[in-house]
Amino acid sequence: MFVLVVGGGKVGYYLAKELIDSGHECVLMEKDRARADTIRDEIGSVVIAQDGCEGKYLREAGANRADIVAAVTGDDEDNLVICQMSKHHFDVPRTIARVNNPKNERLFRHLGVDEIISPTRMILGSIEQDIPVHELLHLAALGEGELEIIEAHLQPGSPAIGRVATDLRVPSGCSLFGVIRNGAPTPLRSDTILAEGDKVIAIGRPDCEVELRQQLIGEQQDQ
Amino acid sequence: MKAVIVGCGRVGAGLADALDRAGWQVLIIDRATAAFDRLPSTFGGTALRGDGTDEDVLRRAGAEGADLFLALTEGDNRNIMAAQLGIEALGAARTVAKINDPVRAEAYALLGIATLCRTNLMEREVLSFLGQAPGERPGIFLPANGHTHPLGAGETSATEG
Repeated sequence: MFVLVVGGGKVGYYLAKELIDSGHECVLMEKDRARADTIRDEIGSVVIAQDGCEGKYLREAGANRADIVAAVTGDDEDNLVICQMSKHHFDVPRTIARVNNPKNERLFRHLGVDEIISPTRMILGSIEQDIPVHELLHLAALGEGELEIIEAHLQPGSPAIGRVATDLRVPSGCSLFGVIRNGAPTPLRSDTILAEGDKVIAIGRPDCEVELRQQLIGEQQDQ
Repeated sequence: MKAVIVGCGRVGAGLADALDRAGWQVLIIDRATAAFDRLPSTFGGTALRGDGTDEDVLRRAGAEGADLFLALTEGDNRNIMAAQLGIEALGAARTVAKINDPVRAEAYALLGIATLCRTNLMEREVLSFLGQAPGERPGIFLPANGHTHPLGAGETSATEG
């Protein structure tokens, strides 16, 4: 597998290092010459001290035969351009972009970037999981970002407690598909009665959230 | 007619003033307040400090549905991203991005953005000043296929939902 990594910050450096260690072919592009020299001392001559946003240098780096281009610079706009140039000019089958502003995920996906990694979103998700709030938690986005997996933690006062899960009026465009009870996942059956402490897992469109919240969390969430 | 201009450099400020005087409703955005010193005191449009590549900032500023969206910052890639936000998320009717790298300017015209390449424009001006033929490379690249779904990426528009 030939992977072209663009951006020689911490992420790009360790990514290239790991790829090479695991036997993949890898080229790293870093436009800052001094930084590129430093990395070259560490991982060898696979470093190219050029700007990966420029078509000319992408070609020199072998973008036209890359299996994957990973754009991991610190600037979202640069990562977008790297992926678009790779995809549309060099027919790279798979492009991966790092985004800082989680709001950009949607745009990038729409513009054809194959995979978008948002460290901000990941850390945010991890923090949300640690805080015992009455909020719904967003576990993951699916497809083009049109669906999300949501977890609702049933707290005292939830209108869903004591009710049969399949009787809940879930909004259309949304589906409940399991309960985590005492740490164990169980499917929702027609005889599943929801209890305090249950974590209900749902898949739905983001616009279903308000109604889903009313059904599963109740009105107490306005703090 | 409504114009959104991202980047209040000399070109951005000059066009903001010209469009304002021609009766357009002009919104100009720049990351630095000091940039707005380039606008004349008579400027009647809106000048807003913010990141023109941030969809939230653009929406809050009321940048949706512009007749004209100009991305004129000093960064090629910022202009590319702002212009694509203008087209895909904000529904701009016409969009122009300043891209000084001729390769990228041509590449993005093929992907559906009108691009303005200062490098080529100046080259042509200098050559014509010297009485020579201006060469093949145009200063403005017009999009190959209009502005609808320029990249053919998704079936749904980013303006939905």
